[in-house]
Amino acid sequence: MSPSSPARLLFAIVLSLLLLPLAATADSDDDEGKDPLPFSSLSFPEPARHFSATQKCVQPESEMRRNHMKYILHQRDETMHQGVRTRQYSLEECVNCHASKNDEGEYLPVNGPDQFCSSCHSYAAVNIDCFQCHATKPVRTSTLQTQSSRNHDAPHLLASEGQAK
Amino acid sequence: MSESSKPIDASRRDFLTKAGTTAGAAAVAPGVFLSVTANAKPADERVSGEKRWGILVDTNKCASGCNDCVTACEQENGWGSSEPNSNAEQQAHWIRSVEIKNKSTGFAKTLPMMCQHCETAPCVDVCPTGASFRRADGIVLVDKHICIGCRYCMMACPYKARSFVHEDLHDQKPWAPRGKGTVESCTLCVHRVDEGRIPACVESCSAENHNALVFGDLYDENSEISKELKAQDSVEIRADLGLNTGVRYRGI
Repeated sequence: MSPSSPARLLFAIVLSLLLLPLAATADSDDDEGKDPLPFSSLSFPEPARHFSATQKCVQPESEMRRNHMKYILHQRDETMHQGVRTRQYSLEECVNCHASKNDEGEYLPVNGPDQFCSSCHSYAAVNIDCFQCHATKPVRTSTLQTQSSRNHDAPHLLASEGQAK
Repeated sequence: MSESSKPIDASRRDFLTKAGTTAGAAAVAPGVFLSVTANAKPADERVSGEKRWGILVDTNKCASGCNDCVTACEQENGWGSSEPNSNAEQQAHWIRSVEIKNKSTGFAKTLPMMCQHCETAPCVDVCPTGASFRRADGIVLVDKHICIGCRYCMMACPYKARSFVHEDLHDQKPWAPRGKGTVESCTLCVHRVDEGRIPACVESCSAENHNALVFGDLYDENSEISKELKAQDSVEIRADLGLNTGVRYRGI
């Protein structure tokens, strides 16, 4: 037996595994507008969409999907230690917009099953600790609309990352 | 003088204070109160060391059996009935009504006891994570994001001002996040103070016309609290510890 045959076998297996994603995407190429990622034909849950009808998100959607935790973290430390209480990136305003109501018109906890936060977070298997302490339902009316007209700058921690369109 | 230097921008705020500043609340119309003091800061401005917030408690004006400040604090910050499964002695007590008695004469009176917002706070000294901290304007807080629940600060505090949350909580107030496994205490209603309002306990005391609590800036010699402290005697509880507390008492 040639000494290289186990290595060749291993190489073949690795190669076939690497090519597998290409095979999976090949049949979804005709779906225009769909995400071109590998395995995109696999089913994956649509996030629960609960937005305010009048208030746009504080940053573009693509930016928020990727970096919402950085905005909240930055705001958290400034509020806690320096008393900066702008509403632009406050967690309370996230809840104000993204909490939805049930049939009786009562607010549901934003971290409840299938609600805005948990629908994505459970798919991504990322635990949210925010709501062990923070309110999960709107209590005060939003002041964001008057605040956002002041055209806040993005926090400097995100300035270098550029903003996706 | 820099832009942010101490004196209050009087011209901007005059119209609010003209209606009377007994408790920092200006009456706009009968029954309507505008509880914005002359000290409101813009939301995006950081707190500075040019102010130091404090409360003067005149225990002579504390009505016997009155519990209004405690109830107001419970309602404002959402504690009180939030931990039904905890031992009564271990439940949250941001502010307590304490009865003191002179054993030889039998004379008794009640006073409110809460975080004294010390300048050299023992809780800040002992905290191993930096969660217990003193803000630039003198308010002592717990950063519950960093608190690991070790409770050293509870042991260090000479005033028994802090408590620990032992069970899962629900329906917290957005302005007063609280949660299991962290230590908490009086925040001097920091969310209100940052908006230029006065703490809930002080507001309720004035609303009942007891006026036993005066809130204000200890560094501003024109503030009501500074004038009161200058005019009449007051004490720090456990002054022997040299903590320079932000809460002062009269009549004990």
